[in-house]
Amino acid sequence: MTAIRCTHLNKTFTQGEQVIRGLDDVCIEIEEGSFVCLSGPSGSGKTTLLNAMGGLDQPDSGEILVGESRVDQLGKSALADMRLHSIGFVFQAFNLIPVLTARENIEFVMQIQGLPAAERKARAMAMLREVGLADHEDRLPSQLSGGQQQRVAVARAIVSNPTLVLADEPTANLDSASAIQLIELFRKLNRERGITFVIATHDTRVMAYCPRLIRMEDGRIISDELQSGIPGEPPAAAQ
Amino acid sequence: MTERLAWRNLWRHGRRTWLTVGGMVFCNALLVFMISMQLGSYALMIDGTLSVLTGHLQVQDKRYRDEPRMRYTVADGATLAQQLRDDTGVAAIAARGSAFALASSEDRSFGIQILGVQPAFEPQVSTLPGLVTRGRYLQDNDAAEIVVGSVLARNLKIGIGDEITFLGSGRDDSFAAGVATVVGIVDSGMTELDRSVAEIPLGYFQVIFAMDTDVHAIVVKLDDLAEVAPLKTTIRQRLPQANTTVLDWDQLQPGLRQAIQADMFSAFVMYAVLIVLVAFSVLNTQLMSVLERTREFGVMTALGVRPGQLARLVLLETAIMSLLGLVLGCLLGGLFTAWLGQVGFTLEGMEEAMERYNLEGRIYPQLSLISLLGGPLVVFLGGMLAAVYPALRLHALQPVEAMRAV
Repeated sequence: MTAIRCTHLNKTFTQGEQVIRGLDDVCIEIEEGSFVCLSGPSGSGKTTLLNAMGGLDQPDSGEILVGESRVDQLGKSALADMRLHSIGFVFQAFNLIPVLTARENIEFVMQIQGLPAAERKARAMAMLREVGLADHEDRLPSQLSGGQQQRVAVARAIVSNPTLVLADEPTANLDSASAIQLIELFRKLNRERGITFVIATHDTRVMAYCPRLIRMEDGRIISDELQSGIPGEPPAAAQ
Repeated sequence: MTERLAWRNLWRHGRRTWLTVGGMVFCNALLVFMISMQLGSYALMIDGTLSVLTGHLQVQDKRYRDEPRMRYTVADGATLAQQLRDDTGVAAIAARGSAFALASSEDRSFGIQILGVQPAFEPQVSTLPGLVTRGRYLQDNDAAEIVVGSVLARNLKIGIGDEITFLGSGRDDSFAAGVATVVGIVDSGMTELDRSVAEIPLGYFQVIFAMDTDVHAIVVKLDDLAEVAPLKTTIRQRLPQANTTVLDWDQLQPGLRQAIQADMFSAFVMYAVLIVLVAFSVLNTQLMSVLERTREFGVMTALGVRPGQLARLVLLETAIMSLLGLVLGCLLGGLFTAWLGQVGFTLEGMEEAMERYNLEGRIYPQLSLISLLGGPLVVFLGGMLAAVYPALRLHALQPVEAMRAV
């Protein structure tokens, strides 16, 4: 089954009098349950593509299908619903709500979904255990390290059982150990829950864990290849 | 959790929030006090004006207010006044006659208004009997005695024991003439009144002016303005004659309400300025709060929060802040005003000046539900209204651009 299909996506930005091609006729298809890296230098278009997939930004032309939804044709409310129920986001900066504790940050999405308090709490605690922060539930983001904050952000992204997680430079602000821990957590969730991960990164540590690596430059896809030799997995595990 | 989030968001910048809440508390407390004081001073103003002569209610012939002719009378006035005293339980009810006459002493003559009053009851409806500074007030209902204003006494060059001759028209258009001995001189401090008014006993008045047992008005004085409307209805139901009516102070002294309304208008303009200032303070706080959280709101939008939900969050934060201002402001303003309502206060020289008019010289702020909540509720609404703009801005939020915000 196809999780995401992008067809002839184009997006331009203007910077003063200069026109920048964010996406240049991008076509891509990502299967459900896959683990994909979008890599490339800054300005290559990977974040723009990720934002378009998540309905955070609209392409100038082309089609985006996420599951069975035409993202490029959805209105604001429908996009919000899709993001709330089907997509989890992990951003470069940790982007937790600073006045809510780790558990409350995870509960927040579920509250918007209208789940009852008891269920919210139970699921948030389960997620904290899964990301190894069960004993940090009452800490505010400012009382957590960068790696811990990012793990809370991951827990928040997947607590509502999305089919797709879009991560934009999730390890950019992390030290090596935290970055490896995070990417291994991603892989674990991908394997165990079948969640599709699309990660925009130029971190080679992350790329090494991606069975499928798509390279971008100047808004275009310049290569799309399958990798083998993923750390901690036999070669056959590569997709 | 939304409430918790809103509450915690408020205290991210505790000093700024306290400054805004403090402004609201001050404004609300001030409004509670000012409005209560205004109502108190209006009560004093109304009481002061009506206590002199008018009273809170008057029973008159239906035509008398617009056309005060001698023949437009209330029959059997003293009896009716007694009946009303008995029926309503209000003691301050007195019958009164009124005529214009030429008052003459040996040397001079002046046009005056002569009131025929019931000496036993008039002191309860009017402050004038208490303002007799020389001699005494009237005592005998039928005696040929007169009390005159101090300016009139000076103009006529008369004193206690002197006689005044007065000439006028009787109810039946007959020639009315009388001679009365001055027993008292009133100094009300109101020059116009002291120059033009004299009082004689009602019995004597009725004889001189051919009134039989008729009067021109039955005056009722009350302690509380709130009693006026129900008593008016009660009295109207008890009026035996179709040609009589009962008028309240607003109908008897329309200028008084107009003066109060004019004062209220200017006060409300000042209050409006105060409320607008507070609203701008809320606008500033919430706009700053929204702007500095643009990135956070962008992330929340990316997580699936709708712009409307973000707007509601901002409005909830404002509501909590405004409610805090309302509760604390009402509490502080209410307690202070309630205390002042008990002990009253006076201004420099006011007590002495008012005593000269035989009136209470202290202002007692009147704390009521309206004065306690009226102003603060408008401040609350003003605050909420001020938060609409920052909240509306969130509807136009673009997640990607918002997340790029520093």
